[in-house]
Amino acid sequence: MSSEIFVWPFNLGLYFILIYSVVRSTVWFRNLSRPDKLRLQRGFFGIPFMQSIKEIFMESLLHRRIFKKNFVLGYMHMSLAFGWFLLIVFGTIEADFFGEKHLNPPSHAIFFRAFNPDHGAVGLARAYTHLMDFLLAFILSGLLLAVIKRFIPSMMGMKKTTKHTWSDRTALLSLWLIFPSRLLAESFTCGTYGSGGFLTGNLGAALASFLPAAEIAPWFWWLYSLALGTFFFLLPVTRYFHIPIELLLIFMRNSGITTGDKSSSYTEVQTHACSSCGVCIGVCQMSYAAGINDIQSAYFIKGLRSDRDIAAITANCLMCGRCEEACPVGIELGPMRLIERRQGERPDTAKRFLERYSLTGRRSTIERESTQSYGYLVREEAESADVLFFAGCMTHLTPSVISAMKKIMESAGVRYRFMDEQGGVCCGRPLMLAGRDREARELINHNSDIIWKSGARILVTSCPICYKIFRESYYLEARVMHHSEFINLLIEEGSLRLGYLHRKVVYHDPCELGRGSGIYEEPRAVISYVAELQAVPEEGTMSLCCGGSLGNLTLSSGKRALIAADAARSLTMSSPDELITACPLCKKTFGQATGTRVSDIAELVAAALPKPVKKSRGRPARVTTKSLNHG
Amino acid sequence: MSVRQANRFGFGINQSRQINYDTSDRKVRDYVTLREPSFRLCFACGGCSATCTAGEHISFNLRRMITLIRRGEIDLLRDEVTRCMLCGKCMLVCPRGVNTRNVVAMTAEAIRKLDRNEL
Repeated sequence: MSSEIFVWPFNLGLYFILIYSVVRSTVWFRNLSRPDKLRLQRGFFGIPFMQSIKEIFMESLLHRRIFKKNFVLGYMHMSLAFGWFLLIVFGTIEADFFGEKHLNPPSHAIFFRAFNPDHGAVGLARAYTHLMDFLLAFILSGLLLAVIKRFIPSMMGMKKTTKHTWSDRTALLSLWLIFPSRLLAESFTCGTYGSGGFLTGNLGAALASFLPAAEIAPWFWWLYSLALGTFFFLLPVTRYFHIPIELLLIFMRNSGITTGDKSSSYTEVQTHACSSCGVCIGVCQMSYAAGINDIQSAYFIKGLRSDRDIAAITANCLMCGRCEEACPVGIELGPMRLIERRQGERPDTAKRFLERYSLTGRRSTIERESTQSYGYLVREEAESADVLFFAGCMTHLTPSVISAMKKIMESAGVRYRFMDEQGGVCCGRPLMLAGRDREARELINHNSDIIWKSGARILVTSCPICYKIFRESYYLEARVMHHSEFINLLIEEGSLRLGYLHRKVVYHDPCELGRGSGIYEEPRAVISYVAELQAVPEEGTMSLCCGGSLGNLTLSSGKRALIAADAARSLTMSSPDELITACPLCKKTFGQATGTRVSDIAELVAAALPKPVKKSRGRPARVTTKSLNHG
Repeated sequence: MSVRQANRFGFGINQSRQINYDTSDRKVRDYVTLREPSFRLCFACGGCSATCTAGEHISFNLRRMITLIRRGEIDLLRDEVTRCMLCGKCMLVCPRGVNTRNVVAMTAEAIRKLDRNEL
């Protein structure tokens, strides 16, 4: 081929995207907080670096997590990512090895066949040509699956795929065009010169037999170059920007950077690392149980990226955390949504426009004004106690849980004080979930004051919602325990004598306790101790939300009921005698959604207490003395 | 006899508190109803107020708040709405399925906008 002009669309695109990525990464790095900068620097010259390289290979190229989820979907991603990667690597080697000079520009490797049309006739070069053909066929097989997936998602095990913006569509089209145009360009060239491997050689020979291959070939080389160039130019404004940015995200995450509670470079990087793959849509209960299909994390992130007003999307989420568990990229979706909820109104359009097209691209908002104030709360004189029991607002709506806890603690001889027996103050978590951190802080201070003054060493709560905020946002000396953990401790210490109930039960992990706080084992240990625990379809990290979540301010009660009914159906599939949960809110929600008896774990344990319950006040508090040593 | 004249004689007469629904300020009510349609469903049973966490510490009453919204008594509403802790107990006891937490959140938002003349 005499003229080399056709490589320029590719060259321009490649240099543009390289420069853009470097500049953007530099700006992000500059905007990181000082500790995060240090983390990243340290992570770059240590063990985290090797971990990142391994993770990039396993996830960004092989797509192991998607493979685990669905083989065909995994194969599709792997063939496109790993296949393209190998094609570039082997293409570069080929150009370097067989080309006329070493250290060629990238275009020589990409358009190798155009510059060396008669290459690969004999020996090693011929075998190598077959290898390159095999890689191209490998990618094309993945591309075929991708095309099928776009039109028939269910064939790839996906309930839904994301809806695309126009820029995404154009980029997708150019991405789809890249490999077929390469195939045809190589085939026509090979057909003209009688070279090529098993794919391009045979196809080329067949095409050249009835078409003027020599005249057509340049057109497809142009198409190939244009498709690549267009793809590179569109990359920063489309979802495909995740390809370079995910690498950065993996380095940052392995260096120990976390989302935190403020918008930062890291949230920006996470926003761009989302590939809009749609896995979050498939696992969202609001999608498949309640038919709400426009608020899922993929759309949330997409809204962030294109700087739209997404207040409605942000608010309408149960915050159950299933999408975060399922996300193949590992984006911290829950914290990101909370950050967005904390924001007040958006600045005016002109300012946003400037910010959007500046290099930092930081999404800015006006700080939210305080709407609530609790100056009316009176600080009480707290009684001292070793164990403090905080039932929580929701537990007051399920008095049976409170009386069960009282029975259990009395039976075990625990000296406790009931902190909110006369009705306490909310823990602050609901406010925090609504993005009102400043107001929540007032309640946190009030409750902390009571807990500190009581001198308690253990704080037991019956509500996972309170449990999570006690552990994460309160500064306490007391060890915070959910009642399932506390009962487990009592059993392990031998303070609690229990019978065995001949009941088949299933356990539902409450979102805030399981995914929210990582407590999976203790409740199961307690239940297995007193009854027969059966497995349910989706449990542990992928357990279902009951639908009653306080994380959602706007979801209507009708939609909540749909989610509850669907979750209850899945949980009671094995027709257990009882559905056990560890959250008063889940208990209330499931109670209306299923005919199966719904009990709290405390009620189950209380039923297994030997009757009649021995009043044992005044016995030494064995639990406190022992547990303190390792608390 | 006017109120001031009556007071001079040592009689305390309350200001007339008749509500004219035709002239009352409907902005907050319309704002809340548009964004939280279940607001219409409330039939003032008072279950929310009986269970309220904040109500145990101070005179806060969601039922009264809803009445104030409907009557357009914004001045009384302004303080009332700041007291809620959004704990969600009222939502669970509500027999009509009113999304009470969002009613409170939307009312607070409406009043803030009203004070800035954006409503």
